Amino acid sequence: MKRPGRDEDPDRLYTVTGGRSRSNSDAFDLVTLVVSESQPTPGMQSEHASILRICSSPTAVVEIASDLNLPVSIVRILLGDLHAAGRITARHPRTTATAADRLPDPEILKQVLVGLRNL
Amino acid sequence: MDSATSDLTGTRPPLHSTAANGLKIVIVGGFGVGKTTMVRSVSDIRPLNTEETMTRAGEGVDDTTNVESKTTTTIAFDFGRISLNDTTVLYLFGAPGQERFWFLWDRLFTGTLGAVVLVDTRRLVDSWYAIDRLEQHGMPFIVARNDFGGPHYSAEEVREALDLSEDVPLIECDARSRESSKEVLITLVNHLYRLSSSARENAP
Ligand SMILES: Nc1nc2c(ncn2[C@@H]2O[C@H](COP(=O)(O)OP(=O)(O)OP(=O)(O)O)[C@@H](O)[C@H]2O)c(=O)[nH]1
Ligand SMILES: [Mg+2]
Repeated sequence: MKRPGRDEDPDRLYTVTGGRSRSNSDAFDLVTLVVSESQPTPGMQSEHASILRICSSPTAVVEIASDLNLPVSIVRILLGDLHAAGRITARHPRTTATAADRLPDPEILKQVLVGLRNL
Repeated sequence: MDSATSDLTGTRPPLHSTAANGLKIVIVGGFGVGKTTMVRSVSDIRPLNTEETMTRAGEGVDDTTNVESKTTTTIAFDFGRISLNDTTVLYLFGAPGQERFWFLWDRLFTGTLGAVVLVDTRRLVDSWYAIDRLEQHGMPFIVARNDFGGPHYSAEEVREALDLSEDVPLIECDARSRESSKEVLITLVNHLYRLSSSARENAP
């Protein structure tokens, strides 16, 4: 397991995000699966390049945060940048049949049950 | 995987290229109750950890600087994952149920299928707060009691102590066992399935 101690230096976080603390990227759920659509390019911010490498196969937002040792909210900002530039695509979770449903779709729950029983 | 990538991802196997739907289940409970152990027992990967921080405006104003004080809350949590099929991946989160955690619930755990409240019968009080909050959030849950070899209490006694409603499943488990932890998850998902299908039948 990784060392739980983190670099919590606010200056580092400030630098990583170019000073932005809020994102309009709430669209990125903890378990949204991110896939890169391009290779890192020279001169690219290193966190962006790392994300593109990690997401060469689908990777959840929370896994990216863990790999980069950054808080989830910072990673959401970085993902927002890459998404706006068309460098990643996002596969968002689908749990309910319609947006109004409060409980998960029984069909999805059935899939989960089958998967768990086969473990 | 090239070495630059494995430096970042360790030995974690990549997901299937068709993986498209990530689902969440949260295991909450007091300190040392076995959350990480349960995640590890059923996960395809070694548990990873990460954190989220939140800055809130404080109650008062700092006397010396006359600036409104801010408090930063940091919550660490760990997680594992189970690939259920080529498209669906279940993520399991082990999260501390203490008060400050719940400030981040909406931001982190909106869309969670359901929760497992892991309890140690020697310290049932530790789980009261988590149960309250899950009820407030309308988040369906089950209670799993991990056997640490304390005095034996009947299910009725545990229900009473937790003021658990009849329709919340309560089961015994050993978080160190894969089979037992799997059974806990199946019990939760069966419970969710019942709730969800009866909500449909009763829908107008
Ligand atoms: N006897 C017994 N011991 C257990 C069981 N589950 C976990 N343990 C042990 O209890 C200790 C704490 O387990 P963890 O999984 O680290 O608990 P946790 O809830 O993640 O703890 P924190 O993250 O520190 O709050 C470990 O030494 C486990 O081996 C169980 O079912 N029975
Ligand atoms: Mg733990």
